[in-house]
Amino acid sequence: MNNEVTLLKGNEAIAYAAIRCGADAFFGYPITPQSEIIETLSLLKPWETTGMVVVQAESEVASINMVYGGAGAGKRVFTTSSSPGVALMQEGISFMAGSEIPGVIVNVQRGGPGLGTIQPSQSDYFQATRGGGNGDYNVIVLAPNSVQEMADFMDLAFTLAFRYRNPAMILSDGVIGQMMEKVVLPEQKPRRTEEQIRKECPWATIGRTKDRQPNILTSLELKPEIMEARNIHLQEKYAIIREKEVRYETINCEDSDYLIVAFGSAARISEKSMEIARGKGEKVGLFRPITLWPFPERQLAEIAKGKKGILVAEINAGQMVEDVRLAINGAVPVEHFGRLGGIVPDPQEIVEALETKMMRK
Amino acid sequence: MTENDIISPENLVYKKPELMNDTPMHYCPGCSHGVVHKLIAEIIEEMGMEEKTVGVSPVGCAVFAYRYLDIDWQEAAHGRAPALATAIKRLWPDRLVFTYQGDGDLACIGTAETIHALNRGEHIAIIFINNAIYGMTGGQMAPTTLIGQKTSTCPYGRDPELHGYPLNITEIASTLRGTCYVSRQSVDTVGSILKAKKAIRKAFEASMKGLGSSLVEIVSTCNSGWKLSPAEANEWMREKMFKEYVKGDLKDTTNLK
Repeated sequence: MNNEVTLLKGNEAIAYAAIRCGADAFFGYPITPQSEIIETLSLLKPWETTGMVVVQAESEVASINMVYGGAGAGKRVFTTSSSPGVALMQEGISFMAGSEIPGVIVNVQRGGPGLGTIQPSQSDYFQATRGGGNGDYNVIVLAPNSVQEMADFMDLAFTLAFRYRNPAMILSDGVIGQMMEKVVLPEQKPRRTEEQIRKECPWATIGRTKDRQPNILTSLELKPEIMEARNIHLQEKYAIIREKEVRYETINCEDSDYLIVAFGSAARISEKSMEIARGKGEKVGLFRPITLWPFPERQLAEIAKGKKGILVAEINAGQMVEDVRLAINGAVPVEHFGRLGGIVPDPQEIVEALETKMMRK
Repeated sequence: MTENDIISPENLVYKKPELMNDTPMHYCPGCSHGVVHKLIAEIIEEMGMEEKTVGVSPVGCAVFAYRYLDIDWQEAAHGRAPALATAIKRLWPDRLVFTYQGDGDLACIGTAETIHALNRGEHIAIIFINNAIYGMTGGQMAPTTLIGQKTSTCPYGRDPELHGYPLNITEIASTLRGTCYVSRQSVDTVGSILKAKKAIRKAFEASMKGLGSSLVEIVSTCNSGWKLSPAEANEWMREKMFKEYVKGDLKDTTNLK
């Protein structure tokens, strides 16, 4: 068991973890605040060790379509970007969902809209959890709150993507991407052999052998009856994912009067807010969705029973709060606190929001 | 002589390539796509690459190319085929990977993907069908539409003042250091079909030998879009298209026959 502790940025951890979990290729385009990922990969030269391919593409549009091509050929392929770049990728992500191609996208979010800012934000929650591109589809979304989870979620994202033949996204942000923390990297796994890929991915386009029909990866179908059936198949798959893949963390929820619901870096900050509030004698717990889609709606509704109020703390204008309100369905008052434009809230601000929006109301 | 005597193997002079299935094609009678599909199927068989080929089809008239050739296919988003092919080939270097794209797909919305894949020298072959029009969507102006040519979005003829000039992307490709073979052909006569086949074969072989990227443009007819009979379309192509899009090898550093 590898338990060597190293000190890495979140972005660097993504690069190291990807090589170690047997990724076959990275395709990406530089953008702040995540360029360390492609820089680290380029410095580590994994093509000389594990054989992993690293290509700097001409755009994010090309990057995601390279992911489509490579993952469609059965390989563990990923790309990384930040908000404006991920916006450009939405076409490719929608095509991957429609063609049922597994691949991993890492979004180290920055503030928007438009070119926005290079400072951290969580304002791509809607884009990530609502599909983002055209059509009825969902992407599996994991939200790390530490450098350790950046490393751990790489392999998990690939596993989920291939388990369900669906794109999976790690929705991080500039805080997690840029901060340095202790991290234990995963064990080095070998890349899969052609034999393993043929077995695990019978749908992969790697050359038609005589014993099977051609494999065709496409999202196109002009007959509406067939297209509806394909959509129903996707929806059934999403229902299974909703049932089986919800992940979340609870801290001090059982004995609490109030809940903070937060994900990613906002959850990390909220842990401190919870401590401060508890120091003042207020019973506050933290509910942290780890999968943003599927959202832990039933779990949250159950835990929220009998609470006096829920504060959703986000680094955006109020996005996940909609999912929280849908889950809670009016049973408990739900308020939102957020900072915008690249401002990262202080733990004290969240405590004050708890007091003014919930406790003293 | 009975019919069975006539169709005996020793009398066989021509047959449909086995990779071509019997699915009825959606292409209009008179269109060049069917001939180019057949050439690709023949070449893959002649190279013995039936089990090691991955095609990437475009958005446009050839969007359903995957229905007709019994190889593995990926269907790309509009213009993105060279990006898909880049990844497939990098990850499976012993596979034959080609894209099949029209002028709107390759020379308009996918210009960046096309030029950068070629300039990186990816070991892929790009087959480019240039019929100077958007056929699938009903005959709109393409980047390769000729000056004066009428389409549904330039109904008074392409006017450079309004619409800019025809984009000659094959010439651009020939200037890129990543390309090893760039050629422009047509399939309007038996002779030109044989030349086109030779060009596509060279592009495929160059990709397997890792010599660089290749682009073979096939100047093609779209008699439906041009609103001409198939015979008239061939005439129009020879008279007008070949002047703007001059046939022949634009670049060949392969040393392949």
